[in-house]
Amino acid sequence: MQQRLFLSGNEAIALGVKLSRPHVIAAYPITPQTVAVERLAEMMQSGDLDAEYLHVESEHSALSAMMGASAVGARTFTATSSQGLIYMAECLHYASGGRFPIVMMNANRALALPWSIYGDQRDSLSLLDCGWIQVYAEDAQESLDLVIQAYRIAEDKRVLTPVMINLDGFVLTHTYEPVLVPDQVEVDSFLPSYDNPYAMNLDNPKNVGFSSTPQDTMEFKYQQHAAMLDAKDIIREVDAAFGTCLGRRYGGLVSNYWTEDADCILITLGSIAGTVRTVVDELRDHGFRAGLCRIRYMRPFPEDEIAELARPGRAIGVLEKDISFGFEGTVFTNVNSALMKAGMQVPVLNFIAGLGGRSISRGDIREAFTDLEKARTGESVRNVRFVNLGVAT
Amino acid sequence: MKTDHGIRIPDLTNDEYFFGHKACGGCGGSLAVRLSLKVLGPRTFAVLPAGCMSAVGFIFPQMAFAINAMISTFPGTASMLSGIAAGAKALGLKDYAVVGFAGDGGTADIGLQALSGAIDRNDRIIYICYDNEAYMNTGIQKSGLTPLGARTTTTPAGSKGTGSRTVKKNMFEIVAAHGISYAATASVGFIPDLLRKVNKAKQTTGTSYIHVFAPCPTGWEYEPSATLQISRLAVASGLWYLAEYENDGFSLNHDPGEFIPLRDYLSAQGRFKHLGEDEINVIERNRDEKWKKIRRDWKHEERTSQWQFG
Repeated sequence: MQQRLFLSGNEAIALGVKLSRPHVIAAYPITPQTVAVERLAEMMQSGDLDAEYLHVESEHSALSAMMGASAVGARTFTATSSQGLIYMAECLHYASGGRFPIVMMNANRALALPWSIYGDQRDSLSLLDCGWIQVYAEDAQESLDLVIQAYRIAEDKRVLTPVMINLDGFVLTHTYEPVLVPDQVEVDSFLPSYDNPYAMNLDNPKNVGFSSTPQDTMEFKYQQHAAMLDAKDIIREVDAAFGTCLGRRYGGLVSNYWTEDADCILITLGSIAGTVRTVVDELRDHGFRAGLCRIRYMRPFPEDEIAELARPGRAIGVLEKDISFGFEGTVFTNVNSALMKAGMQVPVLNFIAGLGGRSISRGDIREAFTDLEKARTGESVRNVRFVNLGVAT
Repeated sequence: MKTDHGIRIPDLTNDEYFFGHKACGGCGGSLAVRLSLKVLGPRTFAVLPAGCMSAVGFIFPQMAFAINAMISTFPGTASMLSGIAAGAKALGLKDYAVVGFAGDGGTADIGLQALSGAIDRNDRIIYICYDNEAYMNTGIQKSGLTPLGARTTTTPAGSKGTGSRTVKKNMFEIVAAHGISYAATASVGFIPDLLRKVNKAKQTTGTSYIHVFAPCPTGWEYEPSATLQISRLAVASGLWYLAEYENDGFSLNHDPGEFIPLRDYLSAQGRFKHLGEDEINVIERNRDEKWKKIRRDWKHEERTSQWQFG
């Protein structure tokens, strides 16, 4: 029986974690992640959650502790954001290389300098190559559901890779929405208890997290890559199983909206997809065939799903809260690579928006679709455009 | 009756938990690890950060630890230990030890923050620092525990340089200042004392820290056969001491009385060869000031009579 509660993204994450029965939680506070770890601490105080809670002295230690706990076979959770995430950078690579199925929430927030506590996605996107599965939630419901799914994906023996669940800072972490919260029995039926045959064991000691030489390192790295590629099918399986057990499906690696007959498709990540969807509806009302592709998983990258979007006579845009300085948005680079490999030549445009928490309005999104229509019909349009920029370009 | 925690050498297990590694001959660090594990036993989880012992002990597929063991990130020894301890507790495991072996750089420099956090939480972990007084694994660079005057590859001795210009950080008293459950200094030259301290740490319910003086023939420039002798000269000259901290109090385990001349210790190693009288006088003054405080403030429990080395 699912209970309908009014929750913020952070609170939805905390409830999702509680329902996943973690053994060890470590946390170091950073805005706007704090509410998630505060709620977990409260649940422990009230006796609703039975786990070990480590008050660590840094994010680096948070993830280092999670690796230790995971190495002995414990289910673990931590949460961070922005500066904290990049402070963890060493441990991010370490955790994926060690194949520790840790689940972590990241509240997407701008990176200093200048200091900014507001949201954009430069923190996680700058760490796309750290070997973690990266998923971006759109709303509080998906945030809760993703935690439960993430443990099943990460701990799958074909995957054994950590998962980073990204929530837009403030816009999602602090916005309250009605959320259906499953009961423990339902979650238990979906999420098996953690059983890792590779964990350290007092009766059968193991040396893990070792060194390797040029003779073997490539093979370890290939296996890591292969597991991430295999995770695509497991993500789809888990999405379907979640639908069966708990009644909600999200579409696997991407979630498409009116893409089938669209002339112009906007690709984006995270909570801004909701606004894009309303603009697609408006434009459709006016006879403009717009569509939305929300990338849920940036790693593993939904290469096939992106390639399938390309058709002759169609234009594709990428709207992202990110810039790789001196080039273009990172999502755009990834999308272009997928299209190019599939031999698809369609007009593609990149819209850089929302850096440092700047609002992205429906008007901004309408303009993006206008640009796409121009590009589609052969007009010259700037390839990479900063949306709503207050300085001359 | 007060438990002594002493271990007689004949009672020590013949089982080995750290062997087949590639440490240099005469390595003080590997001796500290091997002996400590004999006390801690097979039901031990060990963490080793980047450093000599992980570099020589974990080269896939040759694993040198017969217990559960893992390399941590360089700064992450203590935090990984805390995670293991928390995981083991949450899973309901019984009768085990969680120990870290980190070098001086991994402890006093890059790992200090995580160590401080673990002591603050009073997590049940044993942190053993094998102090060879420089970053030996990377090629003898200066660390925060390199003593005044020592030549390293980043504190060369030449016409303008006289080796390290800083004194050793006082890790023992830094951890004691946290109010740690148990802390001790030890030396591979005083094995019965080291074993007793590891055994005491094993029984400690909170965090324990043991700082082991562990000479390095490669970095200190002496014959590998002289490791124990060098260790004992360090104590006899007063440049290292054997002590404990518990229940808010310090105790000295051995007072050498009149120190041997500093030259006897310093001249035995290439890294101090360049030092002149002036520099040695500074080292001597520092030593004397420290010992004045030790003799004035610390309880003295002479334990030499219990040490049976021949």
